[in-house]
Amino acid sequence: MRRDFLIKKITFILFLVSFISVAQHHDNEHSQYSTSHSEESKASLGEEIKEFINHHLLDSHDFGLFSYEDEHGKEVHVGSPLPVILYDAESGLNVFSSSKFHHGETVAKNNGSFFKLYHGKIYKTDAAGVITYDDNHHATNIKPIDFSITKNVSFIFLVALFMFLVFTGMAKNYKKSAMPKGFGRLLEPLILYVRDEIAIPNIGKKHYRKYMSYLLTVFFFIWIVNLLGLTPVGINVTNNIAVTLSLALITYLLTTFTANKNYWGHIFWMPGVPTPMKILLIPIELLGTIIKPFSLMIRLYANITAGHIVLMSIIGMMFIFKNWIGSPLSFGLAFALSLLELLVAALQAYIFTMLSALYFGSAVEEHDDH
Amino acid sequence: MEGLNYIGAGLIVIGAAVGIGRIGGSAMDAIARQPEASGKIQTAMLIAAALIEGIGFAALFAA
Repeated sequence: MRRDFLIKKITFILFLVSFISVAQHHDNEHSQYSTSHSEESKASLGEEIKEFINHHLLDSHDFGLFSYEDEHGKEVHVGSPLPVILYDAESGLNVFSSSKFHHGETVAKNNGSFFKLYHGKIYKTDAAGVITYDDNHHATNIKPIDFSITKNVSFIFLVALFMFLVFTGMAKNYKKSAMPKGFGRLLEPLILYVRDEIAIPNIGKKHYRKYMSYLLTVFFFIWIVNLLGLTPVGINVTNNIAVTLSLALITYLLTTFTANKNYWGHIFWMPGVPTPMKILLIPIELLGTIIKPFSLMIRLYANITAGHIVLMSIIGMMFIFKNWIGSPLSFGLAFALSLLELLVAALQAYIFTMLSALYFGSAVEEHDDH
Repeated sequence: MEGLNYIGAGLIVIGAAVGIGRIGGSAMDAIARQPEASGKIQTAMLIAAALIEGIGFAALFAA
């Protein structure tokens, strides 16, 4: 009973905390995708494609849907600006709208401190917007801690709201009749699948109910977010390692704080092995507790990111081959890859949930004869 | 030699592909022996494949 309530409380608080995820702008390691440093010379098609891909894949401070050039040659952006929340040691908390950045062209002034958006990160500058570089052409200005509601964060809020409405609606409907109606009919077999095939076999009939809320949430959240990342207005949430880090962190904290004595016994003093090996196993097992959620994070992040990058590159190739043979082939390849991406979206959600259930199961395992 | 990066990436992909291929092969053998257990075997196969892919991607990012 006490553990029940503790699990629910921890999960709730951790979910709230994870929504304040620090805005993470991921620098792609593949150097060929680093953005061109001059915004004016978009003469070459390759650079334009790179910039488009970057805009699609990376996080940004405004909810920009798309942009086009109107008849005067000016770029018109369609979308809405989002609030920027920065915390700095010297100037405290700054909250302003990201429209002050004008997509990176002007310097935003707020209460006497100036900020400039450069390559997706916000730096503190002076009135002229000077960014000082070091030898590797990295900016050396101070970066304030970025708590902004960026595109990814607002999308997480939207998905959370959507899931909340759909599932509470479904739950309320169960009071009236055993058969759900409408969208609930699609979700009920999925929920039962998560319970019967993922939760009960791994956690056991005694304790599975406590973890069901988290498993269901994470399963549907990852699936919905992966699917929505494939759409044209695609806002890639799981593309962001900070998001997958928070999910894996919640799994790790749940296993650590709800584990019973057998779990810790297996880590520190593995029963049934000779004593020298027990000493040897302690650091390995300790590392294992960290590496398992770490691998959860990397797996989800890498699968989705790699898929998106490859897909975007192939679509970009379509514009580079401007003949009759290259472009349709690229289109066909992109189409086939999109189908694979659909499978990967669902599969990654399933694998994340399954492995989380496995870890929870090992945390609450009762003592059977080993 | 900067080319070593790509050789490393190629080796990683070979390793992952061989691993998943072997799992797929044994899964198919097992299903051929016992068609009624195919659901469980499929599940186990997918899980093992995802784990191997996880390692593959993690290493690929490092390379």
